[in-house]
Amino acid sequence: MRTTSSTILEERRDQIHRTGEGAIDIACNRESLAGAVSQRACVFCGSRVVLYPIADALHLVHGPIGCAVYTWDIRGSLSSGPELHRLSFSTDLQETDVIFGGEKKLAAALDELIDRHSPKAAFVYSTCIVGLIGDDLEAVCRKMTEKKGIPVLPVMSEGFKGNKRAGYLAACKAMFRLIGKGDTADISPVSINILGDFNLAGEIWIIREYFERMGVEVVANITGDGRVADIARCHGAALNLVQCSGATLDLAKMMQEEFGTPFKRVSYLGIEDMADSLYQVADFFKDMDPGIVERTQALVREELGKLMPELARYRRDLEGKKVAMYVGGSFKAFSLVKAFRHLGMKVVVVGSQTGTKEDYAELAEITDPGTVIIDDANPLELSHFIKEKDVDVFVGGVKERPIAYKLGVGFCDHNHERKEALEGFRGMLNFAREIHSSAMSPVWQFAPRRANRANLAKEARKEAANE
Amino acid sequence: MSKVKTARPNFVSTTNACKLCTPLGASLAFRGVEGAIPFLHGSQGCATYMRRYIISHFREPVDIASSALGEKNAIYGGGPNLKKGILNVMKKYEPKLIGVATTCLTETIGDDVPMYFGEFYKEFGDLDLPELVRVSTPSYNGTHMDGWHGAVRSMVEQLCLEKAPATGRVNILPSLVSCEDVRHLRDICDHFGIEATILPDISETLDGPALEDYVKIPEGGTPIGDIKTMSGSRATIEFGRCLPAKSGGASLEERFGIPNHRLGLPMGLRESDRFFETLEDISGKAMPRRYELERGRLVDAYVDGHKYIFGKRAVVYGEEDLVVGLCAFLSEIGVDVVLAGTGARNKGLEKAIAKVTDGVARIAPEVREAVDFHDIAAEAGELAPDLLVGHSKGYRYAKAWNVPLVRVGFPIHDRFGGQRTLTLGYKGTQALFDRVVNAVIEKKQADSPIGYGYI
Ligand code: SF4
Ligand code: SF4
Repeated sequence: MRTTSSTILEERRDQIHRTGEGAIDIACNRESLAGAVSQRACVFCGSRVVLYPIADALHLVHGPIGCAVYTWDIRGSLSSGPELHRLSFSTDLQETDVIFGGEKKLAAALDELIDRHSPKAAFVYSTCIVGLIGDDLEAVCRKMTEKKGIPVLPVMSEGFKGNKRAGYLAACKAMFRLIGKGDTADISPVSINILGDFNLAGEIWIIREYFERMGVEVVANITGDGRVADIARCHGAALNLVQCSGATLDLAKMMQEEFGTPFKRVSYLGIEDMADSLYQVADFFKDMDPGIVERTQALVREELGKLMPELARYRRDLEGKKVAMYVGGSFKAFSLVKAFRHLGMKVVVVGSQTGTKEDYAELAEITDPGTVIIDDANPLELSHFIKEKDVDVFVGGVKERPIAYKLGVGFCDHNHERKEALEGFRGMLNFAREIHSSAMSPVWQFAPRRANRANLAKEARKEAANE
Repeated sequence: MSKVKTARPNFVSTTNACKLCTPLGASLAFRGVEGAIPFLHGSQGCATYMRRYIISHFREPVDIASSALGEKNAIYGGGPNLKKGILNVMKKYEPKLIGVATTCLTETIGDDVPMYFGEFYKEFGDLDLPELVRVSTPSYNGTHMDGWHGAVRSMVEQLCLEKAPATGRVNILPSLVSCEDVRHLRDICDHFGIEATILPDISETLDGPALEDYVKIPEGGTPIGDIKTMSGSRATIEFGRCLPAKSGGASLEERFGIPNHRLGLPMGLRESDRFFETLEDISGKAMPRRYELERGRLVDAYVDGHKYIFGKRAVVYGEEDLVVGLCAFLSEIGVDVVLAGTGARNKGLEKAIAKVTDGVARIAPEVREAVDFHDIAAEAGELAPDLLVGHSKGYRYAKAWNVPLVRVGFPIHDRFGGQRTLTLGYKGTQALFDRVVNAVIEKKQADSPIGYGYI
């Protein structure tokens, strides 16, 4: 039964929808409500998420220490070479800087750090306070570019100037300034860029291998395991593949406009979406490379042949279990809904930090009646729906984990901090394994919510037997 | 000869900071009060980042509200959002206290929180309002420890307003220690027959049991009524040799004449002795036998283990007072602290360390304030440490130098159970001692081609 509860604030009612109950018209992309304990971060967070994995660039956070220190090496983005991205650099603004302006300090910091680390480029992130004191990042960066001979790029990511999506755009704008600078002469006509994958737990390496087997050259990873030089010549690729709904779509659009590079939106999560992504690419190149479709089919067949029997084993245990998920970008949610179907599981709650109206409409289409769809949720709402729907597994990030655990519900980290590769066919198997170990552990029997329910059921059975 | 260099002459940028920002400390302190919810007055990102960071250590839900300021608010002031946010938190969480900490943003635009509070009381005085406590926490002016101490003092000053009738209780201001440490402190007081008001008390609120339901605000924490009557206590004990002059304990002493005992964190034998002696003085009771025994066992262990660790060289880093406590402990057991660093500045770290290591340390450590891990690494290279002692963030360096890291403090992000790590008193020192000795033995085993199974 539907509970109307005080856990949902009046002002947030139009950000929640149930599939099947009328046309979907979710309010989204608005500022988080004061006092609502949103799970969302800020513009800076959005920029940091996108640019962070560029491993040979210096990432300098211009602001007081917090913004930099909370983002120090917390993500699972791996690099096959340099690891500059795993260090946390900050101008660590002090009171005098706030009063007199931080430009001098910023210039000195860049001077010091660029000499120390010889990066291929530097990204300078502005934070809330920099927006207020009005430092001219653009000017400082321009001078530094001249002085050091590497691109020094401002990222206009003042935290309060919108939400995470605005940060994605700021990051794309900064990266776009790199593109078009490199030599593209020896790039194959059958070539792509991988956009919007962050190489969490080495996922991009799995995906790149598929493309290599298909005979497709990957020019640049944007941004997982990313390199400045690759990005500078990525306009030479024939096609952009954009994964995830928000993060790098803006960049693809800019490239289409400026360089005419077409793009396709893809997903590497789950079986259908992974296969479909590969087929889309094969289809795109089939006139140039007649054998590519067959090669792709063979690849998919081979991978599925390995995967399916193993999946079936997990499915036996998981059949019928219920899932809630709260993700950053809603595009990921589409793939996950499908992936869970392969495990015989049903998604009953799905929320996102940054979904758009179109995203939510699509979610309403692919989910079963009664599924709760929710924009910009908070702990009380999430726990409310987890209980109402009595879910078995919750998919989210670190902030969501204790909510699940306190309710005696299994949890799968599907966020930027994950240490398990969940993309590709191999990732699907890891995913199944992780969901299995999340849902099937005997510990849930002892979690009070479940334990008490089991006791009640036992008593009811006893009573029935006595009658 | 003084070896301290407080600020680097070339201080420009920070690489891998050895400190956290001010409102985080305030949020943690507010979390240790019954029915309280921390509230950051600023933009949404700060609150979310801090929640994430704190959750990774405690593995507990950590709800921190935010006034979620946007661009307009940043220009026209955050008052309306602050009030709306407080109302929303009241509606959803029904808190007994809302602890409002400012962020860099609202400090810089000069938002006048006391004035907003005044307006709020006027507008909504007819509602059943929670206690509202405010603390000013610009991060460009301090670290998370300043936020912590500031929040504690704010609570004492804004809740404890008049002289209460004598309660016979003792106030304990424990500083940022683990949940297990707080539980241990409470036990000790119990055994001395002392009723203690521990402020804040995170022992349950940040290390709660599994429950039937998701509770909006976890149970436990210092009861607000107890805070209000701290002015009637017998004495205050506050831990920290690097505390600001204006601390919670100092405020109670100044305003109500409650004797304030400022002690170092009871880590190591001598600092623990000071704590237990103080409890004997205050309670008029001799040390309970169980602590005599704990102390005796600790000395026994010191003797049994001394050879494994004598002359080992340790690098210690973290919160200023934790660093002091660790130096007190390590120098007692014959470990040479070669470098002691904190990200905070102007805390009198060198003096405090000199005091607690006097008579036992074989060398005076290099003492550094305002350091980051880049600086620590730069110096530690030459210092050739055998051991790192501090929070998780030193892991990369320990790995690079192939030396063990004994994890203490906040955050512990790469091990399980940081919130249950005991470090205080004889028992905590014992636990720490065992870990240090074992870390050295383990390293010796790992490095040995022979593989001694008996050491
Ligand atoms: S702006 Fe200030 S309060 Fe916010 S995270 Fe950064 S340092 Fe901390
Ligand atoms: S100060 Fe601004 S940029 Fe930094 S974390 Fe807070 S909201 Fe984000």
